[in-house]
Amino acid sequence: MKRVNAVVIGAGAAGGIVAKELSTAGLSVVLLERGKWYTSNDCRKDDLRNQRTTLLGNAFGPPDEGNPRVWVDGKGISHIALPSEGDYQNNAACVGGGTLSYGAQAWRYLPQDFRMRSTYGVPAGSSLEDWPISYDDLEPFYVKAEYEIGISGDDSATPFRGPRSRDLPMPPLPVNREFGILEPAAKRLGLHPINIPMARNSIPYNGRGPCMRCRWCCGFACEVDAKNGSQNTVIPIALASGNCEMRTECMVKKILMDDRGRAHGISYFDADGRLQEQLSDIVVVSACAIESARLLLNSKSRLFPAGIGNRYDQVGRNLQGHHYTGAVGYFDFETYDDIGPGASIAVTDYNHGTPGLCGGGMLANEFIRLPIHSLDRLPTNTPRWGLGHKHAMRNYHKRTIVVIGPTQQIPTEHARVTVDASVKDKWGLPVARLQGNCHPHTFEIGDVQARRAQTWLKEAGAVDTSLMTSRPEVRPELIEASQHQAGTCRMGNDPRSSVVNRDCQIHEVDNVFVIDSSVNVTNGGFNPALTIMAVAYFASESLVRNWKGTGFRS
Amino acid sequence: MRTKQTSTAFSRRTFIKMSAIAGAALASGCATHQRSNWEFFTEDEAATLTAICDQIIPADDFPSASQAGVLNYIDKQITRHYRRHQRAYRKGLGRANQVSQQQCGKILAVATPAEQFHVVASLENSDKPFFELVRSHTFEGYYGSPRHGGNRNAVSWRMLGLDEPPIRGRSLYDLKKGTPS
Repeated sequence: MKRVNAVVIGAGAAGGIVAKELSTAGLSVVLLERGKWYTSNDCRKDDLRNQRTTLLGNAFGPPDEGNPRVWVDGKGISHIALPSEGDYQNNAACVGGGTLSYGAQAWRYLPQDFRMRSTYGVPAGSSLEDWPISYDDLEPFYVKAEYEIGISGDDSATPFRGPRSRDLPMPPLPVNREFGILEPAAKRLGLHPINIPMARNSIPYNGRGPCMRCRWCCGFACEVDAKNGSQNTVIPIALASGNCEMRTECMVKKILMDDRGRAHGISYFDADGRLQEQLSDIVVVSACAIESARLLLNSKSRLFPAGIGNRYDQVGRNLQGHHYTGAVGYFDFETYDDIGPGASIAVTDYNHGTPGLCGGGMLANEFIRLPIHSLDRLPTNTPRWGLGHKHAMRNYHKRTIVVIGPTQQIPTEHARVTVDASVKDKWGLPVARLQGNCHPHTFEIGDVQARRAQTWLKEAGAVDTSLMTSRPEVRPELIEASQHQAGTCRMGNDPRSSVVNRDCQIHEVDNVFVIDSSVNVTNGGFNPALTIMAVAYFASESLVRNWKGTGFRS
Repeated sequence: MRTKQTSTAFSRRTFIKMSAIAGAALASGCATHQRSNWEFFTEDEAATLTAICDQIIPADDFPSASQAGVLNYIDKQITRHYRRHQRAYRKGLGRANQVSQQQCGKILAVATPAEQFHVVASLENSDKPFFELVRSHTFEGYYGSPRHGGNRNAVSWRMLGLDEPPIRGRSLYDLKKGTPS
């Protein structure tokens, strides 16, 4: 196969952007994706089989057959998890990655989120750290992501946001009924509610129409292609540049290293299961936090016996996601109008600044719900089955508001991804092994956040409420990585405590890059997609700049 | 169709045959003990499962679990995505009848609704993993999409007051202009 300048592994939020930035800058690029390329015709509207509710499997990969992972419980016992099971911590495996089927909240992190150690110190037992880049470094790239991907919303009503050099390109969608109920209550509490920024067209944008407010949103591919991910924005541009070839259903086996300690390409299994090699000047790993770490750890060679970037045993550590907590409010009138995307209003007042707490998180009303989501969100005294449960479903499905938020996790180095040589996937590659938990302080913050959500709902007129919290006593092995997984190839200046530098370049191998959520030092109290995209633009720019300067050609 | 009370005038086999037809409305006239109408379950197992499911979601002015096709859902999925639960069902339904025999002196399918309630309530404690499995699958079959074999005519969605078919988005959307109408 013809040698190319760059191989990009993974066509998700970050990989799509890297492929577009490199190919339009004139580099030849091969973009590899292990999953398929779905379109809006694959919405399917299946409430039991989608990327959010996976009772009958997940819709956008990976399939349950041949893709196991291992997770380790609180007693140290290993278990097999399938992709449709929660302990697998699945994101997605398809062109677009998580951005094909995400809810599409498109938040900027706050300036403090990049300076967690400086702001709060280091809680004992945690690996809390500052990013080597600041909000100000990323701000121009947040703007670029907001305009190239296409973000609607309006966050101007809150002082709890970073400086913004340009407004969002699209106004928010018209608000739903829950917004109308929650907004005055938030203002009475002295909060600053805003219209959630969303990667979703509210007006025609980028050649596609606006959201039609349907029920099949978070977890589904958008039927009218109004939801913006890498699959319908940057990847088509990359392909149209003439410099990028995308190969789907290709699983990368390992990164190939030469005798001088530089990468010279990758080997992968193509769609027919044949082992192929693709030689390249640089390799960009964008396979999401768990699979990126797995690939680096599986890429063992003479000079790198523990895997690439792993000289100081850092690859795979600091696995984190978000600790979701909140509250359910029950009302004596209909609160639910069944208009998508559902999530509409949020407050960022609680992300920082509470004495005694290292951070916090955003709180928002929940995405549109299907009946299957209401089953376990009924008032606490509801019978678990029988007529009482049926009547509660009838009473409360449309008289409920859920306020929930992603509490920023306090990372530890013990929550980690390793590889398990005793369990192989269908290509014969050792699978990812997940273990550990986030720092206990995370749960204290989460509990405070849940009570804040409860207070908001009561102020809005809820006649009853119940808390949504999960505690480590219940599940000591509670990793919450899944779609928001991050942190496993930490960005930093010190090679002994991080994997990549501020340009997402692996410290010890200067032509291998990790560009995805793996590099997030901390994960903010927000959905991470827009930050992943901004970091991808930031890293791509420095990559292209360095390419033009010195070249990475070996 | 709605006669749920035990009639000693029926033989056990006749009752099972009737309840299977009533419960699942797979109204094939050739249901026999030997040749099941189900892909996985025997007629006996189906009758036992009907009793459990209909305690989890009983009928009121909207159908019970079995009337809405929940057995059809479970029977279909257990030969597909839920193949791994086949053994749990086979064993669990047997144990449910044992508990019923101990508590009421008869198998679950022919017990009275009140007796069935007490048997299922004790299963929730004595056989928790199996009970939770059936509870989850019953809810999925009742509240999930009709495409999977349950929720006949989207009856639960209409019960919850949701538009059915769910065309709200399209009805608000002008597909030609690509804008909300």
